[in-house]
Amino acid sequence: MLERDRILTCAGVAAFLLFLWYADNYFSEYSVRILNNIAIFMILAVSYNLINGVTGQFSLGPHAFLAVGAYTCAILTLSPEEKLRSFIIEPMIWPLSQISVSFPVSLMMAGLVTAFFALLVAVPVFRVRGDYLAIVTLGLGEVIQVVTNNIVPITNGPLGLKGLAPYTNLWWSWGVCLMTLFCIVRLVNSSYGRAMKSVREDETAAEAMGINAFWVKTLAFAFSAFFQGVAGGLLAHLITTISPSLFTFMLTFNLLIMIVVGGLGSTTGAVLGAAVVTWGGELLRAFEEPLTIFGYYYEGIPGMRMVIFSLLLIVVMLFARSGIMGRREFSWQGLFDWGRLVYGRIVRRG
Amino acid sequence: MKETLFRTEGLSVVFGGLTALNNLDLEIEQGQIIGLIGPNGAGKTTAFNAITGSVRPSAGHVIFQGMDITGWRTHRIARTGIARTFQQIRLYDDLSVLENVMVAGHASIHYSFVEAVVGFGRFSADERRIRSKAEYLLELMGLIDTAAEKAESQPYGRQRKLEMARALALEPKLLLLDEPVAGMNPRETIEFGELLGKLHGDLNLTIGLIDHDMPFVMDICHRIKVIDHGIPIAWDTPAEIQRDERVIAAYLGEG
Repeated sequence: MLERDRILTCAGVAAFLLFLWYADNYFSEYSVRILNNIAIFMILAVSYNLINGVTGQFSLGPHAFLAVGAYTCAILTLSPEEKLRSFIIEPMIWPLSQISVSFPVSLMMAGLVTAFFALLVAVPVFRVRGDYLAIVTLGLGEVIQVVTNNIVPITNGPLGLKGLAPYTNLWWSWGVCLMTLFCIVRLVNSSYGRAMKSVREDETAAEAMGINAFWVKTLAFAFSAFFQGVAGGLLAHLITTISPSLFTFMLTFNLLIMIVVGGLGSTTGAVLGAAVVTWGGELLRAFEEPLTIFGYYYEGIPGMRMVIFSLLLIVVMLFARSGIMGRREFSWQGLFDWGRLVYGRIVRRG
Repeated sequence: MKETLFRTEGLSVVFGGLTALNNLDLEIEQGQIIGLIGPNGAGKTTAFNAITGSVRPSAGHVIFQGMDITGWRTHRIARTGIARTFQQIRLYDDLSVLENVMVAGHASIHYSFVEAVVGFGRFSADERRIRSKAEYLLELMGLIDTAAEKAESQPYGRQRKLEMARALALEPKLLLLDEPVAGMNPRETIEFGELLGKLHGDLNLTIGLIDHDMPFVMDICHRIKVIDHGIPIAWDTPAEIQRDERVIAAYLGEG
């Protein structure tokens, strides 16, 4: 059975890579952009779910970590000439102005620097129990925004960083996405994952079973921040221009929607949530353009997709409170059983 | 005389102006089962909380295997070998029965989270060991047939047993049970007593327990400590305790 699952997983990944190759060569630029966005939001949602869903600590920090990762990565990859050109208010401080490393190295650094930031936040916050994390991470997002706006010799202030090389393509974004999934699924299924879940379920009982709740929460937080930082790097080199105003609380809010729609605590749910929300948001753009529904001409109202989106969310909250997956995870056996169930129903009706 | 595994010296807990536990001296020898009894609000659970570190003792010492563990953090005390169950059942409701027991194996893993992610090194061997240990304990407690079900879906009696299986997975030297048979019917209580006796023999356990079920406590314990309003009033064998006038007065009120 396990052998079968392994073969199916390999086949699934291979089929997906084939699809990526096809998309890379034949899809329109717009579709490729959406695919890249989905990958980046998947990384963010899955890692966000590790701290919010699996460990049960309510963080509101992804936009802050995304900013840290994006800036770190961008500063490290920009060429010295480009830095000289774009830092027009104040020149960049010395060591940074000369550094220029390759994209993979800077992605790694983005992750590590972000994880370090997370550690700095985690140590004071997790010493006490309660919902302090939400407040502190919310504050962190604001602090990062103010700081990036004001330390001009490093971040170029409100002008932001321009002219980043568009390194991020389908292979990079989906490669990192698959790697993130691999790492997080493995971590959640290990003893560390069980410790995280036990802290979510009952912290007192977890402590009584020899689990250092402080360390487990810190680990989950730093681990998720690492991947959020990497995602920030990917995002920076996808849109090639970053500025402080890009990393607002709305980003975190969107991620929260994704993991809740997918099913809080389920990695599969986070994957589905990221795909559905990102792609669905694009599909709903149709309602902002003129179109004819059932012979009725509709002019198209800008912002309409957000209205429809909110209505869909309300429906989810009313009828599927635990999201698409609840806390269940994907398994090949589960898929087969579900397929059989659906098939059985269709046959009986027909 | 057997060696003393565990003792408290003048252990006291004060909440503001309320002395919840006053000067508790308790001594448990290796292999003993001792009972801690007293009327409601006597400070029994507070004593357990102070021993396991969830409440900070205001005074006194807790000495385990010759080490002074007073004021240690809960998880550290658990790792030195004191496991407990709770008066109000505290399981990880959303995890499976098996996972509940496997959580306690976290204290004994040798692999780092990097090995868990990469999957090399001691990861698989450790996971196999934790799983087989958990399965063995569930088998022992008669819970193996529902190992894959969620803990919250289990009936009350089985949840109590599961809590004990989880505590045993820590491989404790001292097991503290807070009202293990509360809410069980007489037949379940007798079965549980037999099970506890068997485990005590098989696993060479030392047990401290709190309960209000007097026949159960009198039957299973070697020695009993009685406390009332936080103050220890008696320390004797079950037979003597039953004759002790102070104990009778504490339970029934003075005539």
